[in-house]
Formats: sequence, C-alpha cells, structure tokens
Amino acid sequence: MAISLDKLVGFHQQALSVRSDRMEVISGNLANANTPGYKARDIDFNKAMKSAQYDQGGLVKTHDKHLSGRSQMQAEIEFRIPDQADTGDGNTVDAQVERNNFLDNGMRYQAGIMLLDGKIKGMKKALSSGG
Amino acid sequence: MSLFNIMKIASTGMGAESVRLNTTASNIANANSVSSSYEETYKARHPVFAAALDQANSDMTKGAGVKVLGVVESTKPLQVEYAPGNPLADENGYIYKPNVNIVEEMADMLSASKGYETNVQIADTTKRIFRRVMQLGQGQ
Repeated sequence: MAISLDKLVGFHQQALSVRSDRMEVISGNLANANTPGYKARDIDFNKAMKSAQYDQGGLVKTHDKHLSGRSQMQAEIEFRIPDQADTGDGNTVDAQVERNNFLDNGMRYQAGIMLLDGKIKGMKKALSSGG
Repeated sequence: MSLFNIMKIASTGMGAESVRLNTTASNIANANSVSSSYEETYKARHPVFAAALDQANSDMTKGAGVKVLGVVESTKPLQVEYAPGNPLADENGYIYKPNVNIVEEMADMLSASKGYETNVQIADTTKRIFRRVMQLGQGQ
C-alpha cells in the first residue's frame, strides 16, 4: 500500500488555507473599520471547504500545453449583513464582532496546526519505526 | 503565503490610523492659533480613507487594505472674534480663530487609537500563528 502524503495532510492543508483566507478578509474589515462606505465581508467556511474538496481532483491533462485543471480555491466572499442601522457613513464594520471572529478563526487555525503537527509526528514515528 | 498578506493589511491599517492621529494632533495643537485674516487661519484637517481594492485584486489577496486618499481641510466657517487689543487683530479689530472642534477631535483621537490598537493585535496574533507554523513537525 502506497503512503499518500496528500491524503494524510490534504484535508488539514485545505482547512488551513481557507482559515488563513478568512483571517485575511477579516483583517481587511478591521483595517477599513473607519473607511466611509466600506462594507464588511466574510467567507463562509462551510461553503469554502466544500468547494475546496470538490476541486481536489483536478482535470486530466491529455496534452502538455493544457492548462492545469487544478483550480484556485475560489472561496466565495460574501458581504456581512449588518445587525445595526446605518451609522451615517455607510460603513458596516462592527469592530467588536470582527475582532471576535478574528480571534475565533485564529484559535481554529492553531487547532488545525496542532492536528497537522500530530499527523506529521505520527508519520515520522512510523518512518523511524518507533525509535 | 497569505499570512504575509494579513501582516500587510494590518500595516496599511496602522499607517492610515496614524495619519489620522497625526492630523488630530495637529488640529488640537492649532486649536487656538489665531490670525488676522480668513485665509491665513488654520483650518481643521481630516484624512479621507478608502479601501485599497484595486491593489488587492492585482496581488490576488482576499482582504482589502486601507489607503489615505488625501487630507482635506474643513470648510466650516471660522470663528470671528472682536478683539481690538490683540496684536493680530485686523484693521476692524477682528481676529480669526480656527474651526477646530476640540470635543470632536478628542473623540476622533480615541477612535483612531483604538483602530491602531486593533491592527497591532492582528499583527501580533498573526505573528504568533506564524511561529506555530514554523514549528510544524519539529520535535519528537
């Protein structure tokens, strides 16, 4: 049985990628917390993960000059629905909500790293026959 | 690596907020600088922020940084005061005071420093996460 490293870390790698994308979007929201007319955005993790797994296979190439079918993970960025009325400048960023989201996302990213770490360590142990 | 982009976005945020703090400091410092004509008088300055989306698209980043489009001077009317004893008074005995609203500026300052702080925290969290990534697979 061949050892597939892709299968070993594939899921976590995608999850971390979506997580870091989401952190980027949220940090953009926070940077623009005082920009008039800026609308807060966010990535739906569930949807992004589904599309990431769907894209995993890639396309079969029958010619050298074919483009690689592996599509860039296109997580859908959606606008957040503000839960308070317009503050007067058209900005919909709620700094507290965004900060909590960023923190939450950061913790989950770290959790993902820990899981990935465990897998890598397990594999190392297996390769060194437990020694 | 998109963790670098988070750092970049946070730094644009810090830059914009520090421009805002700068203008606020300048406004408060000049709140009482009187002068003898309408044109010479200091007028309150405020930066104009805009989301840096164009740059974000070319760099293939998901988030948007912030940029300062420019600094505009307030067009609110100046306070004109009759003070013939003031050495800066014009021929009719009037002095012109800046249109700086101290209360507004203080609120602006608080908002800007909070915004700056938030961006610093983002950079700090990202740094910590980055360190964790670097340690991936190390040790037994």
